[in-house]
Amino acid sequence: MRLRTPGFVFSAMAFAYAFLYLPILAVVVYSFNESKLVTVWGGFSTKWYGELFRNEQLLGAAYQSLKVAAISATFAVVLGTLASIAIVRFGRFRGKSMLQGVLAAPLVMPEVLLGLTMLMLFVAMEQLIGWPEKRDLTTISIAHITFSVAYVVVVIQSRLKTIDRSLEEAALDLGARPLKVFMLVTLPLMFPALLSSWLLAFTLSMDDLVIASFTSGPGSTTLPMVVFSSVRLGVNPQINALATILLLLVIICVFVVSRLIRQEKR
Amino acid sequence: MTGLMSKTANKLGRLSVLLIPFLWMTVFFLLPFLILLKISFSQTRTGIPPYTEVFEWAGGLLFKIHGTMENFYFLISDSLYFAAYTNSIKIAAISTLICLLIGYPMALGISRASPKVRNILLLLVILPFWTSFLIRVYAWIGLLKNEGLINHLLMALGIIDQPLVMLHTPFAVYLGISYSYLPFMVLPLYASLEKMDYSLLEAAADLGAKPMQAFLSVTIPQSMPGIIAGSMLVFIPAIGEFVIPDLLGGANTLMIGKVLWNEFFLNRDWPLASAVAVIMLVILVLPLVLWQRHQQVLEERDQ
Repeated sequence: MRLRTPGFVFSAMAFAYAFLYLPILAVVVYSFNESKLVTVWGGFSTKWYGELFRNEQLLGAAYQSLKVAAISATFAVVLGTLASIAIVRFGRFRGKSMLQGVLAAPLVMPEVLLGLTMLMLFVAMEQLIGWPEKRDLTTISIAHITFSVAYVVVVIQSRLKTIDRSLEEAALDLGARPLKVFMLVTLPLMFPALLSSWLLAFTLSMDDLVIASFTSGPGSTTLPMVVFSSVRLGVNPQINALATILLLLVIICVFVVSRLIRQEKR
Repeated sequence: MTGLMSKTANKLGRLSVLLIPFLWMTVFFLLPFLILLKISFSQTRTGIPPYTEVFEWAGGLLFKIHGTMENFYFLISDSLYFAAYTNSIKIAAISTLICLLIGYPMALGISRASPKVRNILLLLVILPFWTSFLIRVYAWIGLLKNEGLINHLLMALGIIDQPLVMLHTPFAVYLGISYSYLPFMVLPLYASLEKMDYSLLEAAADLGAKPMQAFLSVTIPQSMPGIIAGSMLVFIPAIGEFVIPDLLGGANTLMIGKVLWNEFFLNRDWPLASAVAVIMLVILVLPLVLWQRHQQVLEERDQ
């Protein structure tokens, strides 16, 4: 049966997509505005990009953020892969619903709760075992790993469910050990999911303000923390320039990944 | 012999695959909530750590308990906190409803598009999620403020002659939350609408139902799992939202996430901040359980 889609659905969709994209578009356009004021178009200029690249505080924070994001994404993917295998492949076991529960809860848990509880843990651990001595990039990374794992598990689990097990069974029949089968058969089949979940965890970490604010210490300021303190003071065209660069990177990433995944499928 | 050995190795391997993520989440996710609960019963003090010990070791297996309900009494007695909680629930609920109203037609349209168009439309829903949340909220400051883009446009068109005050109002907060959380609503809605059995709509039409009737009695009930999942994905995190009320809200949009932030970062009162968090968690228990149940239902349906 051909379903008639009512006209108002189309207009509602057009409205919704405009709602999603017009604000972002405005940010991009005004990053090229010579004038600092939103209401005045002072002509095309790239001066805010120049200022951005001379802003050492911002660049330093960006470097810290990149480090945290790379580390936490990598660990989150490893942990998330293990958890997904346990959930999808091990059948029923005691504590399964508990494992699923703790892995799903960070998806919806308000960030202030995650941040505050994490900090309380670090302080209590310091009292008890003397570690972590101070709060720095390591504590931020641990916090980021913990909430990113939840997202990684969603992506990897859904991929793992669709993998054809006959390939693994064939390898097992031919006498390969389970670990070898996993490394040579399962892992390559999971590659697209591993890549996209790594990027997702990376982005989540790069983007996080609240949890990082709670778990950071003096000297460990991440990019969102600098952006936030600047945005609180009002509109700043340098932030528009930064937003445009980040957006461009995301688009390139999405493009490259979808290409890679498509090639993988062939 | 080697068979036995590899069997043990197998078992060990399985166990570590299971235990590593399990232990990680227990230590870094569950345990912190117990510590939070403990600290909410302590008192603030100057020093490191800035709270008093609740349990004092009294030799052997004995502990003296120095817990106090003071923080909770304080939260109940001061109407500001009560107002912040009810306000958060109200703002989160209204924003969830707005998300549903914008997201439902969107998800419906996507699910009925041709496969090629559908992928592009889906990608366009997900893409903003990959861009910085902070910057998407920031975008609205430039649009909403008195000398911002929207006011400028409306005045240039002669629709208004004085700027509308939009920034730092409840309106801005509703807008900000609906805007930021829309993808979380659309994706589960789409997932359930995509799986829908269209022959039921056909049957309804054959039995003489008008499109609107068919929509209300077939499409809506069929997509109920998506409606609940999407609503919870918006409602639960929105309750504790800090960035949006801080940047877009004002004095009359006090939300509990911001109260917690201020108690912690400005007043440095960790025990009170913990008590605020504990009550927030109590409010969230019901929606959280509802959401978890639903996840399990979906899970079982998939298998």
